Amino acid sequence: MSRILLEQVTVSVPTHDGTRQILGETTLDLSEHRIALIGPNGSGKSTLARLLNGLVTATTGRVLVDGLDVAREGRDVRRRVGFMFTDPAAQLVMPTAREDVALSLRRTHPDKAARLVAADRVLADFGLEGFGDRSVHGLSGGEGQLLALAGVLATDPAVLVADEPTTLLDLGNSRRIGDLLLGLPQQLVLVTHDLDLAARCDRALLVRSGRIERDGDPAEVVEHYRAAP
Amino acid sequence: MSAQLLGLHQPGTTWLHRLPAGAKLVGLMLASIVVVGVRGPASALVFVVVAGLLLVRSGARLGLTLRSMRWLLLSAAILGTWTVWQNGWPRAVEVVGDLLALILLATTLTVTTPVDEVMDAVARGLRPLRRVGVDPDAVALAFSLMLRAIPSTILLAEESRDAALARGLERSPRARLIPFVIRVVARARDTGDALHARGVGD
Repeated sequence: MSRILLEQVTVSVPTHDGTRQILGETTLDLSEHRIALIGPNGSGKSTLARLLNGLVTATTGRVLVDGLDVAREGRDVRRRVGFMFTDPAAQLVMPTAREDVALSLRRTHPDKAARLVAADRVLADFGLEGFGDRSVHGLSGGEGQLLALAGVLATDPAVLVADEPTTLLDLGNSRRIGDLLLGLPQQLVLVTHDLDLAARCDRALLVRSGRIERDGDPAEVVEHYRAAP
Repeated sequence: MSAQLLGLHQPGTTWLHRLPAGAKLVGLMLASIVVVGVRGPASALVFVVVAGLLLVRSGARLGLTLRSMRWLLLSAAILGTWTVWQNGWPRAVEVVGDLLALILLATTLTVTTPVDEVMDAVARGLRPLRRVGVDPDAVALAFSLMLRAIPSTILLAEESRDAALARGLERSPRARLIPFVIRVVARARDTGDALHARGVGD
């Protein structure tokens, strides 16, 4: 597994009357296979997750992924760390499913014919055979999230950061995507409100008001959060 | 125009599908110059007929296409009425005809050409400009994102309209426009985040 280090990281944003701290000073060493981030809305979970591949920049401190500094070596970090958004509509940027997966493969497959074959293979791996020419607009929530996941994993990242990937899905698709994520060989950092899913991870962190309130065994952390949400 | 139509490739084996993307792009550019440059209502009608025939030959699903174009046709009718009032019939036929012809030609291109091929063609065409600092791949990606943005922006407009309707504010342009603009900006930021997260442009 990869090793993710946060060293005295804070994140602040400018406001009309100064700055507001979104994430208080945080030091973490993440090396477990499946790590859950839980907590109330606006607690700083997504900010913490977005730090891991440079979507958010630390105001102070530094974030390292396998020794690579996210701020200085962002390109190399992003090749190791894939990111999955809550809303697949925001993540799918090309008109059709095949083209969207092929976009991820442009670096690894410069030859177009090989790229399209590889894209079809990735779609098949995720049970999306026959979806290649489908418009990304016409996909259901579950299909869209599956395609988003296929697009991210097409480049075989070492780490997958998933920011509430099941929040917009119905129960069936939520279970399907959740099971798929937990079964991946990649290291997974999962931001979620699904406490059952969080409890199945190897480690859980409860984030509240920009601070890590609880960190450790998922069953214990989830129980603590259930008692005082 | 419907979100389902614009930017959506429909696979097929017609001669238009087999034509290289670069040739179609150049053809569209040249056709646009001719359509705008040649004046008169008769030529505009000829352009509409030719563009319509090309779209039919492309194998596009005509029912879907016509349904999708209902708002465009309405807009063209309003534009035509205004032009009749301002400049008379011949000028109105020319303006609306040219507009319809260009839309039909652009639709034919998107229906018969995967965006990936369009990107490659644009990147190839811009390669000589690399010497003056142009990044062909970035321009090609921007081109495809522009195509992708059209249907998603239409969807956002429809959502904003529905939200205004649900709140009984259907007559308020402000209630439609402001949320729409905010959503478009938010979607643009999300798209930027998505590209950044996927390492596109690194």
